[in-house]
Amino acid sequence: MRATSDKVVERALLAVACTAVFCLLVIAAFIFKEGFPFLLKVGPGNFLFSSDWRPDSGHYGIFPMIVSSLWVTFGGLAIGAPLGIAGAIFLSEFGPPSAMRVVKPAIELLAGIPSVVFGFIGVMVLAPFIRRVAGGPGLSVLAAAIVLGVMILPTIMSISIDSLRSVPQSYREGALALGATRWQAVRMVVLKAARPGLLAGMILGMGRAIGETMAVIMVAGNAVKMPASALDSARTLTANIALEMGYATGMHRQALFATGIVLFVVIMILNGAATAALRRRGAAKR
Amino acid sequence: MKVHKISQYAAVALLGGATLFTLAIVAFIIGFVLEKGLPQISLEFLFSKPKDMGREGGIFPAIVGTLLLSAMAIVVALPLGVGTAVYLAEYTRETRLTRAIRFGTDCLAGIPSIIFGLFGYIFFVTTLKMGWSLLAGAFTLAIMVLPTIIRTSEEAIRSVPQPWREVSLSLGATRWETVRKAVLPNALPGIITGVMLSFGRSIGETAAVIFTAGSSFRLPKSAFDSVRTMAVHFYILAREGISSEKAYGTAAVLVIAVLAVNILTYGLMQRFIARRAR
Repeated sequence: MRATSDKVVERALLAVACTAVFCLLVIAAFIFKEGFPFLLKVGPGNFLFSSDWRPDSGHYGIFPMIVSSLWVTFGGLAIGAPLGIAGAIFLSEFGPPSAMRVVKPAIELLAGIPSVVFGFIGVMVLAPFIRRVAGGPGLSVLAAAIVLGVMILPTIMSISIDSLRSVPQSYREGALALGATRWQAVRMVVLKAARPGLLAGMILGMGRAIGETMAVIMVAGNAVKMPASALDSARTLTANIALEMGYATGMHRQALFATGIVLFVVIMILNGAATAALRRRGAAKR
Repeated sequence: MKVHKISQYAAVALLGGATLFTLAIVAFIIGFVLEKGLPQISLEFLFSKPKDMGREGGIFPAIVGTLLLSAMAIVVALPLGVGTAVYLAEYTRETRLTRAIRFGTDCLAGIPSIIFGLFGYIFFVTTLKMGWSLLAGAFTLAIMVLPTIIRTSEEAIRSVPQPWREVSLSLGATRWETVRKAVLPNALPGIITGVMLSFGRSIGETAAVIFTAGSSFRLPKSAFDSVRTMAVHFYILAREGISSEKAYGTAAVLVIAVLAVNILTYGLMQRFIARRAR
């Protein structure tokens, strides 16, 4: 009797455990159901590679948004990755343990701050600063990249710290015993061993940057055109969805869901890559 | 001095400098919001309704909306997340199925909030005809925070020492009784950590909420009423240039709430770790 009820519980828990996967599938199904017929009608080539976005007259080309998303994402990565990885190396290899206890949680506070707040600070402080120092409208690719760089910093730092710590202590001892300085041991041995994990952190940071919406809407300027320089206004894929979703109907709304498909696919590819990199780290440890 | 001695000092100085720079950014962001926003906060601001589109008055309905929405999302996500964690940690070994569940959870965690907003709008708001409502927003947020709850709960459950299970089983308890009476109570601090992290994320979420819970100013009377969360209110105030004073005030309340949640969580985790070390 009790053994049977235990079996029932196991079945029930198995069903519950499938919820996350089920949700993922339902999300994919509904986004594709809304956007895919549109993609077929307009043609993926026209949709992805045309620069003409005028939904009211039936032109749906998102190429400038794709380029803008790539600009701000790689810009953000160029700022967030060096700072995040440098912080991780310092904290796990050189800093005193007390620094790790205090500094790591302090920097991780950044991950908790709402993206709208980042956007607002970007508008009030960063954009005027860029306008004054470098010219242009201020609300720009550069402003978005800086804000994104700060936002993805905690992700990159946390994962980098984990992967540096998972490098066996004997690697360091071996290098030091051969007469290397601590920096040489880190540079030549530890960083090499931790590389898959550092890479995974950067990929996940990229995923966050490309998917970020509210902060980017506030600081990137949102002009529908190809950004001519880093000081130019730009509209990303995510911003395009969020800005027009409020009033879009019919084909226009489907076009926004099709934009969602593009984002979804990119994020899935990045997630797969990060998982593969982390698995390589796991394999290397063993 | 030898060359590699110098390179060692230079490297450490550079890395330390980068770390300090990052810390300075954190301090600046929090300091800026609090400095501009704290003077705007008063009891009246916290407990009165907004007037004139938010130019005057307070943010009481937004505070209520935020708390209700986050609480409902966690009520939905908690049993699902803990159930998943119990299954993964107690009822099965690594199989193709558990790997699929883990990969699905990771993917769900990586999906941008605007996609959740699109999905919540088309599924809960339109297809299930919930309209812009607390309910639609809560379900959307619940899916969003599910991965966090699964991961932290699984970690907490795995950290419960093995002998406790063995003792319980040897006394004749079934596996489920063991989970309920020996494992879960001891994993509780870790599970609460996950709940707090999810709560913090829900409080600050905007893109997924604005398309599912709407942006009504009024206090909700039922789960089918639209609400405006603090983050959405702040976004509208700032973006439409309605009132930067009220925007700063709202931002400060948001940041204080998030900081409080994070610091409480950190304290809890430290105690949990200290207990485990004993």
